[in-house]
Amino acid sequence: MSDQAYNFAYLDEDTKRMIRRAILKGIAVPGYQVPFASREMPMPYGWGTGGVQVTAAVMTPEDVLKVIDQGADDTTNAVSIRKFFQRTAGVATTERTSEATMIQTRHRIPETPLTSDQILVYQVPIPEPMRFLEPRETETRRIHALADYGLMQVRLYEDIARHGEIATSYAYPVEVAGRYVMDPSPIPKFDNPKLDDCPAIQLFGAGREQRIYALPPYTHVRSLDFEDHPFRATKADHACAICGSASSYLDEVITDDAGGRMFVCSDTDYCAQNAKGGA
Amino acid sequence: MTALHLSAGFSDTARDGAHAFRAILTAMARPGTIATLQTAPGPAPISPAAATVLLTLCDRTTPLHLAGAHDSPALRNWIAFHCASPLVAAEDAAFALGDWAALQPIDRFGIGTPEYPDRAATLIVDGHDFDAAPTRLTGPGIRDTAALALPEPQAFAANHALFPLGWDAILTSGNRLAALPRSTEIH
Amino acid sequence: MYVAVKGGERAIDAAHAWLDRSRRGPVDQPVLDTAQIRDQMGLAVTRVMAEGSLYDPDLAALAIKQACGDLIEAIFLIRAYRTTLPRFGASIPIDTAAMRVKRRVSATFKDAPGGQILGPTFDYTHRLLDFRLMADGELPTEPLAEGDETEPAATPHVLSFLNRDGLIEDAAPDETPPADLTREPMELPADRALRLQALARGDEGFLLGLAYSTQRGYARNHAFVGELRIGMVAVEMDIPELGFAIEIGEIEVTECETVNQFKGSRSEPAQFTRGYGLTFGQTERKALAMALVDRALRWEELGEEDQGAPAQDQEFVLSHCDNIQATGFLEHIKLPHYVDFQAELELVRRLRAGLSDHEEDAA
Repeated sequence: MSDQAYNFAYLDEDTKRMIRRAILKGIAVPGYQVPFASREMPMPYGWGTGGVQVTAAVMTPEDVLKVIDQGADDTTNAVSIRKFFQRTAGVATTERTSEATMIQTRHRIPETPLTSDQILVYQVPIPEPMRFLEPRETETRRIHALADYGLMQVRLYEDIARHGEIATSYAYPVEVAGRYVMDPSPIPKFDNPKLDDCPAIQLFGAGREQRIYALPPYTHVRSLDFEDHPFRATKADHACAICGSASSYLDEVITDDAGGRMFVCSDTDYCAQNAKGGA
Repeated sequence: MTALHLSAGFSDTARDGAHAFRAILTAMARPGTIATLQTAPGPAPISPAAATVLLTLCDRTTPLHLAGAHDSPALRNWIAFHCASPLVAAEDAAFALGDWAALQPIDRFGIGTPEYPDRAATLIVDGHDFDAAPTRLTGPGIRDTAALALPEPQAFAANHALFPLGWDAILTSGNRLAALPRSTEIH
Repeated sequence: MYVAVKGGERAIDAAHAWLDRSRRGPVDQPVLDTAQIRDQMGLAVTRVMAEGSLYDPDLAALAIKQACGDLIEAIFLIRAYRTTLPRFGASIPIDTAAMRVKRRVSATFKDAPGGQILGPTFDYTHRLLDFRLMADGELPTEPLAEGDETEPAATPHVLSFLNRDGLIEDAAPDETPPADLTREPMELPADRALRLQALARGDEGFLLGLAYSTQRGYARNHAFVGELRIGMVAVEMDIPELGFAIEIGEIEVTECETVNQFKGSRSEPAQFTRGYGLTFGQTERKALAMALVDRALRWEELGEEDQGAPAQDQEFVLSHCDNIQATGFLEHIKLPHYVDFQAELELVRRLRAGLSDHEEDAA
């Protein structure tokens, strides 16, 4: 039951319209960061205010919502955001990826392939892929306007020169539909291939930085690389200690103070289904 | 002007708006898709689908241009009451409403700037003939290819050539709606 | 069997219950009344109103109580409340020359028409702990001298006297409606109105540090306090149906105008320039700091040299002065990041092993 003291999905209709317009422009220009007048939400910046605003603006009463953080449904912030929407929108929730119509995520893309009936909303801390090369917004805006991404290529190549590979393991930059370089949010680069040609709509919300961007379904998303150093999605070279999956992204769990450790799936729903033999 | 002379807007603003936006989002994200809306009626000549788009996306912060027959006193009143959008010239519009012929010349509308390509107009092309000969489409949102009737494919192709600049279009008629973002390639 | 180091609903509920208990403190003590906070912790209340961008002493007092005295947390509560309020319209600009002043000092003139009024200030108190305040008894309060707390006539601004001789830059009225940074995303470079808006709700400590840095030579701008005034002003709104403005209430504000040296440029003769600070309530440290930072940010318009000082860099200042944004992003590093950390672990292990990445490909 939703809390009647709030408008459906918390945000007022003026705010929703403003966010909806930004989302549509984001869809029309894939990978471009649309400025929007992010509101102060009842959770702190950094906790997913951008994702929450996007989810609230897109959600309908019939949606079935799944919220994950680090791939898991039971992490505290995922629980907190799920509860927020249960309370303010009264929507059904699920932990099953396949049952969800909307999924809000922090740091992961589910292992179970998404479908054309789903919308994936990412929480984004720093939407600007060039930010750590050029801190100035006035300058990065020019870089995107001119598609002048040489700085990024140079940085990636310096990595190769120094380390023999590109030393970026998460928030690995991508090129969208041959035009904009985009930050895919801090997902491990293992997840990058799932961005490409995805049947679901993917929306990205950065509340503190006041940016929304989007990937329409079936958009070509290429992880930046070089011909002689092609992009490779990597993960721990183990199988999950619970479900045995050799293909899912793994968390490393320290089990004792003598250095013992084990590897388990980061995607808790995938792991549970796989353990049952259902995935 | 009193509310008595005005047709209704949304009966449940939050829920109707959410459903309508989802339909518009789906249409914009999947060019070629024709959505059927649960619509709110407006005064002629606006279609229920176009009226629903206005109620969903327009408010006092969105300058709106009314073209041709859509620039009628009844519709102006309805918009003033339900959306309160300032009515402006084509060049200053965030949204424009009219049939395709009335929206001409199409290059009057904002296409954004290289720094802010989002500051481009959204055209609501009302009275669209969904049953005309379809044009083949490719691009983001489209698996392989899609097909959609367009009023003037060359104009959409020319608009796409400006990418990432360009206007975006929402096509409406009756309670049906489709959309064509500037990212779509026209064949 | 593996037990996830993952919290959940019960942990959150328990944490909230603990917080409620610790806020209340020992139950044998009387509970703190928000009216007491509003009336006896007035400077905390005005800081929360200023940085929360909402003039409501009762709600600010509630927020301070709810936040256990953590003022940034209280500001956050007010901001989150404010953001969903409907906007009925904008007031007409307040007229600070018509302020009923309770404090008004000028450092640039020994006296000025309207006089110097010290008001309730800490300035000349000796910072000695007053143990009488800790005892049960109340301090004897001196009766107010004759004339205090009476309503003086409108007090003209000190800088308007300098303006008559053309010695200070003319602050021409600008009819352009200012942008509203709570309704539109900030666009850089920002004009002065938008900068002042951001500074007015900016963190007092951050602005204090920046203002101090200009005094120590990082874009020094030789500020004198032309005038600092605190008092009540009327808020008026145009009512279209009536065709005139009516007073909808009164607010307390602090206004600071600095007079800054300006040697002149090729096109401008030497004259004084201005920095400006305006904040809700009695928040004079903030208003002073705001005026110094405002002046430092004006280097380009005044044709001054870019010294590369932090206080001159509007993108640096405006992007980092909001304490709600800053504290959120700072504190979010407490949230789990183990997925990314795992990716880093793999990378570091691989780099240390000197392996190339194709040997550990994902399946």
